[in-house]
Formats: sequence, structure tokens, C-alpha cells
Amino acid sequence: MERRTFLNFSSLALAGTMVPFSRAIAAEELMSSMPTAAKKALADVALNAATKAGASYADVRIGRYLNQFITTRDLNVENVANTESAGVGVRVIAGGAYGFAATSDMSSDGIANAARQAVAIAKANAKLQQEPVRLAPVKGVGEVSWATPIKKDWRTVPIKEKADLLIAANKAGMDGGAAFMNAMLFQVNQQKYFASTDGSYIEQDVHRLWAPFQATAVDKATGKFRSRSGLGAPVGMGYEYLDARPEHKIKAAGGVATLYTDSYDLIEDARAAGRDAKIKLTAKSVAPGKYDLMLSPEHLWLTIHENVGHPTELDRVLGYEANYAGTSFATLDKWESKKFKYGNPIVNLYADKITPGSLGAVGYDDEGVRTKKWDIIKDGILVNYQATRDQAHIIGEKESHGCSYADSWDSVQFQRMPNVSLAPGKKKLTPDEMVKDIKKGIYIVGDGSFSIDQQRYNSQFGGQLFYEIKDGKIGPMLEDVAYQANTQEFWNACSAICDERDWRMGGSFFDGKGQPPQISIVSHGSSTARFNGINVINTARKIG
Amino acid sequence: MSILTHEQTKRISERVISLSKADECIVSVQGSRIGNIRFARNAVSTAGLADDTQLQVQVAFGKRQGSATINEFDDKSLERAVRRAEDLARLAPENPEFMPAIAKTGYKASDTFVQRTADIDPEYRAQAAAYAMEACRKKGLVAAGFFTDRASFESVANSNGVFGHQGATSLDFTCTVRTEDGRGSGWVKRSARDVARFDPREAADVAIEKALRSVDARALEPGRYTVVMEPAATSDLISAMLGGFNARLADEGRSFLSKKGGANRLGDKLFDGQVNIWTDPWNEDVPVLPWDNGMMPRERVQLVKDGRINALNYSRFWGKQKDQRAIGTAGNIIMAGTDKSTAELIASTKKGVLVTRTWYIRMVDPQSVLLTGLTRDGTFYIENGKIKHPIKNFRFNESPVTMLNNIEEIGKPVVIGGDEANYSMLIPSMKIRDFNFTSLSDAV
Repeated sequence: MERRTFLNFSSLALAGTMVPFSRAIAAEELMSSMPTAAKKALADVALNAATKAGASYADVRIGRYLNQFITTRDLNVENVANTESAGVGVRVIAGGAYGFAATSDMSSDGIANAARQAVAIAKANAKLQQEPVRLAPVKGVGEVSWATPIKKDWRTVPIKEKADLLIAANKAGMDGGAAFMNAMLFQVNQQKYFASTDGSYIEQDVHRLWAPFQATAVDKATGKFRSRSGLGAPVGMGYEYLDARPEHKIKAAGGVATLYTDSYDLIEDARAAGRDAKIKLTAKSVAPGKYDLMLSPEHLWLTIHENVGHPTELDRVLGYEANYAGTSFATLDKWESKKFKYGNPIVNLYADKITPGSLGAVGYDDEGVRTKKWDIIKDGILVNYQATRDQAHIIGEKESHGCSYADSWDSVQFQRMPNVSLAPGKKKLTPDEMVKDIKKGIYIVGDGSFSIDQQRYNSQFGGQLFYEIKDGKIGPMLEDVAYQANTQEFWNACSAICDERDWRMGGSFFDGKGQPPQISIVSHGSSTARFNGINVINTARKIG
Repeated sequence: MSILTHEQTKRISERVISLSKADECIVSVQGSRIGNIRFARNAVSTAGLADDTQLQVQVAFGKRQGSATINEFDDKSLERAVRRAEDLARLAPENPEFMPAIAKTGYKASDTFVQRTADIDPEYRAQAAAYAMEACRKKGLVAAGFFTDRASFESVANSNGVFGHQGATSLDFTCTVRTEDGRGSGWVKRSARDVARFDPREAADVAIEKALRSVDARALEPGRYTVVMEPAATSDLISAMLGGFNARLADEGRSFLSKKGGANRLGDKLFDGQVNIWTDPWNEDVPVLPWDNGMMPRERVQLVKDGRINALNYSRFWGKQKDQRAIGTAGNIIMAGTDKSTAELIASTKKGVLVTRTWYIRMVDPQSVLLTGLTRDGTFYIENGKIKHPIKNFRFNESPVTMLNNIEEIGKPVVIGGDEANYSMLIPSMKIRDFNFTSLSDAV
């Protein structure tokens, strides 16, 4: 679910007005950071104050969140904004209940006050608590650090160089056939320091990057317009992701598009998008019916996110999101049966927060748990969920999965989705080989509209590029395509998965959940996969 | 520090402007105190209070702009914010579409602040949640919900002498009630500026009643049905359509209001003649600040009049290109209705579907504003003017343009906040024919 936050960013880009969030800073100030020893001293102030006030457990997160957003429209730079947000969040358990307080006052007194306030809130909540919070044990790791392995720090790249790249992409898109182009660059650096009464002092330096764009072609004579968005993924990498390398380019089945692995040619993709948007203006409208769908990883990541990632969040399963994001069909009794056929036996989906380059990759989660990899769906059977320290006992585990995350120092951490990915097929298979066995199908590349019900049964997905497959060959582009499916039926209809040579990740920068809502970031990997007999609808409509 | 007075923000703004060496300087000071309580499984899960006050400075050297935000207000911090904004402006590329700060203007105040809402305390929040939890426990139901209240102020100023300051209050309450066996679910949403117009007991009772009535839902074949949509069910559909009223998008050929040959559809009749939609910052039910994010004064604008497209939104840049007057962008959406209750709309329905809530609405095709989404938490079959039985949820694929063209009857407007829209809204319940449900959902 990508919710209001993204809409706000979009409207910001359109409005070109004042920056309605966070503390903005000049470029040369980005590189400075507080010494580790000073953070440790502040953390100890919080932990000691909390313990003294009666906390049986406390953790403290000292965060400095730096973002830079550049937005362009056609050949104009609309906005450049640097933002910074820094402060401290203290979470405690007292009387068996959680309490949380946050402050931007980084003085010893300010932090101690926040810790005491958190304890007071916990004690007040304890009166309403029905069961005491039970944390899975974590052994303190002492003083450790982790950093996203980057080669080029976005903070050191001149703004002009980045703006020039976006403008060049817009120009390429317009040269390719687009009437209008919008390109943006989101750059994130989270400097996170975590300490807890378990004896951990963890420093992390997290980097993320995303360069989305949209090319729109217009036929004024008919009044028709069509768009194509970029096929590059948001990544947990440095600015080197935008230094495109030939070895990171692969051809989609039938050569219909160029796709990208470990680096991204923004200008090349923008040019292709301009061309594709123009072709869409005259593409054949799909005939509704049952089709075998061949879904590229640039598309399938979003399906995995919506109908595997979200339903296997344990807090949703338990009912904590019932009023907002919803619950889940993947209930505990289905998991306990050890027989629930979530998908075809060739379907293996795993969770992780360790894959290099992924959005979810960190060394430790936001309650100090070392990150790892585990199975969610094994040989088609539901075998596990995504859990935090206070949930592990519910599913009989002795340790947390490390799924705790807060989007800011002043947000309380809670269960958020790790990377959830489809394992590559075990048999050698390329996308071009996959096409040969399909008599009546559609090849979908890129993600489009997405919607799913509150228990994650009924979903509908669009896409960016749709190609007819007939008698083992890829045909012309189609339009007005969306598919509807029941989650369990969809994954049981998975009949083939390409091997590891085709495996790559997509992801979301703005996954929303919680009240007050928080955003999270997550990647989903897969190889191209085939799904038999899926219901495709035609979305063309005429109005007035 | 969070809620500043007119005099305090004026003094800060004047100080900031005097510190700037740029060609122009724009200042905004915003502060809020937001309280909340969240509950699930009939217990409080989180509760909190957040205070924040921020100063935004935007400066321009020629067509180069920079902005900075800070939450400290001593003289040194103010100067630091100005210097940061100026540094960024010097680094930024020129924006060819740059528009200078607006000229001196007056803002006609709107009635957005109610002291008794600003006075909401933790006990009130806890009680609002407790009504739902206690009532549900007694009936063997499970409540999950969220109550949040907000007291805030905003001031705007620029180096041309513009100044405005105003406070605002609001509250939102949502509650989902589920049966313990998971076979029934009901929901309610209430929004208000004045806490005196919010009754947590009444709200909780609506969700409880819907949960109890929704057990054992039967499947109805997907297809086109007459629907009675409660206000919350259409608020996000209507707001999703309003982006198309951007004059630039319409003129450039990429809105549903673009016309063959390059013109826009201003003046065209696209909706049923009963449809009237406008924005008005001074509306007594959903008042909003009399300026927008760009400090432009808002006005009452009739967007749809008797089913015709009556006005488009011109930005200052696009208005200059097209020789049209720019007006501040809408902060609220008001749709005209009647005095009829939702019950009266049901009573006049021979066969139809009552929809409490729509969910996960996404744009499928901006050309036709085709949206997809689902019904949720209280979907019922109506026969001969009465709710006959609960039905399983549907996915719909429908355009609000078509929907507002197929109106049979309109009910009484109520205040409603959108799930994903940033508007205050006054939306009526509606009876609509031929609403397009395309598949069934097993979700309860």
C-alpha cells in the first residue's frame, strides 16, 4: 500500500512550492554527523533514566534522517529540497506494558525527560493491559556498526550533475515520442543509533535511492493520452546505481524491452518509455478472458508484495491492523495445519533483510535484532510469518525475525515487512524459452495500478507494457489490460519460474501501515514466472 | 511553544524577512498539538501526544529558489535558517516557470478553530475508545479503532507585506467492529471541527450494529447494480476525480477534461443535472484556511454546476500563460444534497446494494478516471425498500464521472474526511444506478 505520503511528494512536485516536511539543510552540512561516543553517552542517559523510573526494559533510537528530492518537468528543474530530521525516541516496558516518547531536544535533560515520560505512559497503559508484553530474548552485541555497502555517496554528487541527468532523461523521453516527462530523484541516508538495556550499542548508516519517471504521449486529434513509467527499481545502493553498465542490462523476452539488474540506464529507459507511450496510443485493446500470464520481475514484485508480503505480517493476522490496513486470510489455524496450500509446490517464497542492494537490508532491526533470512512459503505450503520480539512466542519461535521498523526517530517501531521474494525456479529456464509453451497468453512488464481487499483474497493488477503471446510467440502490444485473481488460486496457478539467471528485484519506497500511518521500504525479488488461466479484464471505458 | 499567537508569529516573520538578503523572502510558521489513541483486540495498543512547531523560509535570487525549515526560534536559529535557504537557492538551477512571491493581499478569516476541541485531553481520548471497547466486550465483539484530535495554527508572510495567521482544530474517529468468529465486520467514521458535534457512543453503536448485521453474508453475482452509497463510500472516488480539474493538465491533453483537438471541456455537461460541487473556505461545516500552500487566497469556486464543468484550477504560472485568473487551490470539497436520510434512499430502492465503505481505491485509467477498489465492513442487499441480508464484498471498476452521471437520488451531506484525500469534505449519500461490480471478494 503506497499511501498519502507519496501523494504528498507528488503534489509537492507539481506545486513547486515550499517544502512541507522536516528540516532542510544546505548541501555542505550533509556530511557531518555526531561522534559515536556522544551518541553512546546520550543513549546511556536515556537507558539509565528509564531504568531508574521503573522500566524493566528500555531501548533508545537516536536518529538523523537526511533526504534529498529533486523534481523535474520536461526540461525544467521544479524543486530541489534537502531535508533533515534528528532526535531521540525511547521505548520502554514498565508494569508489563509499552511506553514510548520522543524528543528533538538532544540535551541530557531532554532525553532523560523523554525516558521518564515513556515510563509514565507505560505505567498508565499497564492498567489497560490484558497480557504483559513478552519479548523474545536478544543477546546484547556490544558496540557494533553496519553500513549499506555503497560505492558513491549521493551526498557528494553535485546537485547540478543530478539535475542534468534528470533533464537529459526527460529530453530522451521527449525525443522518443513523449509529449511530457516528469522525472524525480529520491535520495535517503538514515544514520541510526540503537541501544538497549540488553547491552547493545548499534550504529547503522543506511542509504537508499530511487529515480522514478513518467513519460506521457498525447494524440490531440483523438484526445487520447497514455503513459509509461520507468522500469528501474528503487534500491539500497549508492549513487553508483545510476552509473549504467552494459553487463547490467538484459533483454526482455522477445527483445521487447531492456531491463536492468545492478545498475540503471535512466536515459535509455526514458527514451524507450517515450517510444512505448506513443505505441500505446494505437495498441490493440485486449479481449477479456482467461490467459496464461507471463509476469516479469519488474511487475511481479508488486503482486508478491500485496498478496504474500502483507498477508503474512503477524500483526495483521492477529488483528492489530483491523481498523486500517486490514487483517489476513493466512490465519494461524492455516499455518498450524502445516498443510495450507498457498501455492503450487514449485512456489518458494522467503523473507530476508540481508540481500545486498535491497531496500530492506540492514544489519539489525529497530529493536536490535540481527537480521536474517527465513522461509514463508516452502514447496507451496505456508510455513511461517514475519515477527518481532513481542510476537515470536505466538508462533513458537525462540527468537525474533528482526522485522521491527520505525520510519522516524519520533515514530514507535512496530512490525513491518522485510524483503519477501520468490525463489528462482530449480529447472533451467529463460523467459524466451517460457514463451514457447504458451498458446494464449500475455507478457506483462512493469508495475501499474494495484488494489487488494482487506484480507488479501481478491486482487487486481495493471502493468506498464502488455504483449500478446500467441502459439509460443510474442506478438504486438496490447492495452487496457488488468487481471483479477484470488490470492491462493493465483499462486496455485503458478506453473513455471525462470531460473536464477533471470532473478532481480523491484520494490516500494512508500509502503504504508499503522495509525498514525508510517511508511516503510521493501524489495521483492523474483524471476519471470508463468501463471495459467488467469482472468483478464478490459479496462477501456468511455465517458460523456 | 506549539500554539503561537498572531502577534508572536508576526514578530517572528518580520524578523526573518529582515534577515534575508535575497530578492524575496517567504515565511511560514506552523505548529500543532496532535493527540491520539489506538486500540485493537478490545485493548489500547498505543496512545500519544505530539507537539511540533516549524518555521519554513523560502528565498529567491532571480529564478533560483531555496528553502529551509527549522524548529528553533531564537535569533541565531532564525538567521541560520535564512542563510541555509539562501545557500540552497544559490546552488539550485534556475526554474523557467518561477513565479515571484504574491503581491500584498488580505485574507478573509474562516471559522476553523474551536477551543473545546483544542482542550481535548487524554481522559477524553481514553473514554472515546472505551465506549467502543466496553460495548464490544459485552456483546462478544472485537473492536479496533483510532481517535485523533488536532489543534494547530499557521501563519504566512512574505517580503511584499503579505501576512495571515489562523488557528484550526479537527478530530477523526474510525472504528472497526468484528465478530469473534470473523464472520461479521462493521465500520464507522466521524470527522468534526467541533468536539461538541461528535458522539463516540453513537459512532460505536453504528459499527456494532453493522458488524452484527453483516454475519453470514451471501454471495451475489457480480454485475451492474443500483447502489446506495454512504458518504464515506464515495468521498475518495470523488476526490480522485478532482485532480483532473487542473487546467494545465486539461489544456495539455492529459486529463479526462481534455477535449479532442486540444481544447478543454469547460462548460460541457458531464454529470447528472443534480450534481453541484464547489469549494468554499468559509463553509460553516468544513471551513479551511483562507490560503493555499502557495499563500494564494482561496475563494468559493463552483467546480460543477447543474452537471456542467463550471471552473478549472489555474496555477499562477498557467493562468499567466492562458490569461486566466489564478485562485488558491481547494482545501475542501462540498457536494450539494437534500434533506433525505440514507434510510430514505434505501426505502425508495426496489432492488440494490448498500455500501458502507470503499477501500484500496486506485486509478486504473486517468483517461476515463476508471478506478478500482472494493466494498468493505458492511455491504447489504436491499429489496423492496429494506435491508434484506448481508452480502459478500465486491470489487468494482467504475469511473466517478459515470457514477455521477447515473445518480437517481441524493441524500443529506455529512462531514467526512477522505481515507487518502487531503480535503475536508461534505458529501451526501447517493443512490446510483448501474454501478459496476466486477468480481466477488471473500474478505470479511
